[in-house]
Amino acid sequence: MTTPLVADDHVIEVTGLYKYFDQVCAVNNLSFKARRGTTTALLGGNGAGKTTTIAMLLGLLLPTSGQIRILGENMLQHRYRLLHRMNFSSPYVDLPQRLTIRQNLTVYGHLYRLPKLKQRIEELAEALNLSKLLDRKYGQLSAGQKTRVSLAKALLNEPELLLMDEPTASLDPDTADSIRTYLEQYQQRTGASILLASHNMAEVERMAGEVIMLRQGQVVNSGSPQDLIAEYGRNNLEEVFIDIARHKESN
Amino acid sequence: MAVQDVHFSVRRIGAVALRHLYLMQSSWPRVVEMVYWPTVQMILWGFITLFLQNNSSFIAQASGVLLSGVLLWDVLFRGQLGIALVFMEEMWSRNLGHLFVSPLRPYEMVASLLLMSLIRTLIGIGGATLIAIPLFHYNIYDIGLPLIAFFLNLIIMGWAIGLIVSGIVLRYGMGAESIAWVSVFAIQPLCAIYYPVAILPSWLQPIAWALPASHVFEGMRELLLHHTLNTAHMQWAALLNVLYLGIGIAIFLGYFHTARKKGLLLQVGE
Repeated sequence: MTTPLVADDHVIEVTGLYKYFDQVCAVNNLSFKARRGTTTALLGGNGAGKTTTIAMLLGLLLPTSGQIRILGENMLQHRYRLLHRMNFSSPYVDLPQRLTIRQNLTVYGHLYRLPKLKQRIEELAEALNLSKLLDRKYGQLSAGQKTRVSLAKALLNEPELLLMDEPTASLDPDTADSIRTYLEQYQQRTGASILLASHNMAEVERMAGEVIMLRQGQVVNSGSPQDLIAEYGRNNLEEVFIDIARHKESN
Repeated sequence: MAVQDVHFSVRRIGAVALRHLYLMQSSWPRVVEMVYWPTVQMILWGFITLFLQNNSSFIAQASGVLLSGVLLWDVLFRGQLGIALVFMEEMWSRNLGHLFVSPLRPYEMVASLLLMSLIRTLIGIGGATLIAIPLFHYNIYDIGLPLIAFFLNLIIMGWAIGLIVSGIVLRYGMGAESIAWVSVFAIQPLCAIYYPVAILPSWLQPIAWALPASHVFEGMRELLLHHTLNTAHMQWAALLNVLYLGIGIAIFLGYFHTARKKGLLLQVGE
């Protein structure tokens, strides 16, 4: 992992972010920070603005206004420099179906101009239990296998910041658990930061140190899962999520 | 493992090209399709030429005029289609989101599209031109060095159209896909492929002369019929191509910027 350019505790700093699609406001004066080396979860119901926010953090989507600083640098000004240090995984964005896993990872490895690419692919395949599938076409894989390939692609450049949209969606509990375990080990080994959007509250409780609750493109609450559960007087994060989605106030 | 960023990377351009070469390698129908239509066209016009040779003194003078026209027109068409199909392949596979969260620049994507279009055109037209040699005893390579000028001017015009079409498909979605197949035929009657620009009504002639292809085909006929290369035609074609390719790149990058504003890079697909 490279040394951060700025001795700052925050890997993501979003300030006054707005995104309008024509007259529809998808993100409304959003401000939050994510601490370096931790996992931060963006939670919210459908249409809360999670995916839109992640797309803006990646530079795939231009904000209407507001500031995004990632790893201490302005994302809009230094996007390409930053993209070398971050990556993204989502089951909703496909890789080419007719290419094998090895071919897909080779193409993306070249896009990141990685040294020792063959070795890196073998390492990741071994770690994510993909070695025997490397020469199988992506389109022939199961949902769980595709998710692991997407994760392998996201980890190719050993990112300092990993953004994940529903990382374990449509996975069986065993596969989902192994993915979470791998991510935790990766984070411990590299000190990487993770921002994840998820509807799986058990996953968020397990992985996230900080939770940011969104509703209609705004932060409605934030804190550690334990703090939020205590604040709302609930038994788990799922109940807190439902309270927030139904506009109930905290204690 | 962060790598030093560079503004223009041949390796990144090669990576996108490699992705499409892998695709061609895994799908022989794609390669057959590239050669199929240019070959069918060449065979059809080859037989028409054989028929006309017995009935027209003009054709008898230069039996290669029609076949050269057919093959060179396909350079423009395949060049345009090569850009549009390679770009749409990324949309069909819903891969744009991953591509553009990598450090790939939009202009590197443009360079990859041009490279893949060149490869696809060389495969498609190359196959047809080689088949024409034994079948009709016609070797387009006898044209010599001017053939390179004809080829470059036509493929660059195809690239300009292909980039505009790709931008439109990115902006307006796969519903606009058919534009990739039909757009180039809107200008075909003005390109003077099989007849001189002088045949056109006088009000259409300035429009025809504004197209690089018209200069190429007029130049081709002069070379085949009178054995002289009119360099003015090639210079005009090159000059116009610089303009059109610049416009094509600008429009593609403009639509790409719009796609980033509207969130289209994550939404596009079949």
